[in-house]
Amino acid sequence: MNDLTHIPDADAVGVLPASIDSGTMAALHRRLEAAAQAEGLVDVAYTTVDSPVGPLLLAATPRGLVRVAYAIEDHDSVLEDLAVRLSPRVLRAPKRLDAAARELDEYFARTRERFDVELDLSLSRGFRRLVQQHLPEIGYGQTRSYRQMAELVGNPKAVRAVGTACATNPLPVVVPCHRVLRTDGTLGGYIGGLEAKTALLALEAAA
Amino acid sequence: MRQPFEAVVQQHGVTVLRVCRSLLGIHDADDAWSETFLAAMRAYPGLPETANVEAWLVTIARRKSIDVHRAARRAPLPVEELPDAPSALGIPGAGDDDLWASVAALPGRQRQAITYRYLAGMSYAEIATILGGTVEAARRAAADGMKTLRRTYPGVNQEGARP
Repeated sequence: MNDLTHIPDADAVGVLPASIDSGTMAALHRRLEAAAQAEGLVDVAYTTVDSPVGPLLLAATPRGLVRVAYAIEDHDSVLEDLAVRLSPRVLRAPKRLDAAARELDEYFARTRERFDVELDLSLSRGFRRLVQQHLPEIGYGQTRSYRQMAELVGNPKAVRAVGTACATNPLPVVVPCHRVLRTDGTLGGYIGGLEAKTALLALEAAA
Repeated sequence: MRQPFEAVVQQHGVTVLRVCRSLLGIHDADDAWSETFLAAMRAYPGLPETANVEAWLVTIARRKSIDVHRAARRAPLPVEELPDAPSALGIPGAGDDDLWASVAALPGRQRQAITYRYLAGMSYAEIATILGGTVEAARRAAADGMKTLRRTYPGVNQEGARP
């Protein structure tokens, strides 16, 4: 049967091929990134970078770095969450993350102890945000207990809430919640898994 | 829940490019593709969550293709349908030049119906909304287009015998 009107649609699609390779799509995507950026349409730009603690998702609003996510958080669900909580205009646009990616590279190469990129803390509210704002006061290579952090933010009884604030830190590595341990010196939890927490502490201790 | 716009680009980028290429030819299609996704990104937060995203994109792509076509021709006259034009297809190695040339040579409504149906995967009801006219007319335009392609596209009846 050569009569195309009688064959199923799925087969008919097969006779209309179009050679569109991934290089073509990549070039179009880069063009879209630039144009959307120029028009101020990219509410959330993101990229992924490799690191010694696995691939990291980096996302930024025009105000600054808004999210760092480990692979075990599932990058797709993290992006869906950003689309809901910030804006659905989420686009892979690595350029905006260049500075953050470079600082992370330097951090993992032990040539950087502090992060200078602008941060957007809009994913956190209230007490959690307060704790996260104070976390960078723990210096490179040092650690604090959850209790000490509670005291530092002027609420010594809020040890549990400090734990929650660390566990929900939207900017791990850059905002150093990995430097907060249990009072007895054991690790406590970590958003990137205990292996990652151990790796970061070892990296800083070796410096 | 609305998915990140990047997922929309990933899922529908190729289809939109096929639509643009079918309506404009390969050289101007990139411009229309870019304008389509830029406009879509602008409007995306206001899109109803129940909307058929692909049909929405194809509608934008059609509009942007007309814009690009007009700009290229410097002919600001509004037209109901894109006029027939020599195909700009013919990139070496593309492999399907003859077919694209055959599609481009179809009369306007048939070409659009074929494009929306077989490249964009739209229903005849959706196509009728874009083309105007009845669902049955849209179905007939696609069928007529297929009949013409069967006659004009040499690859179809020769079962692998193409040079």
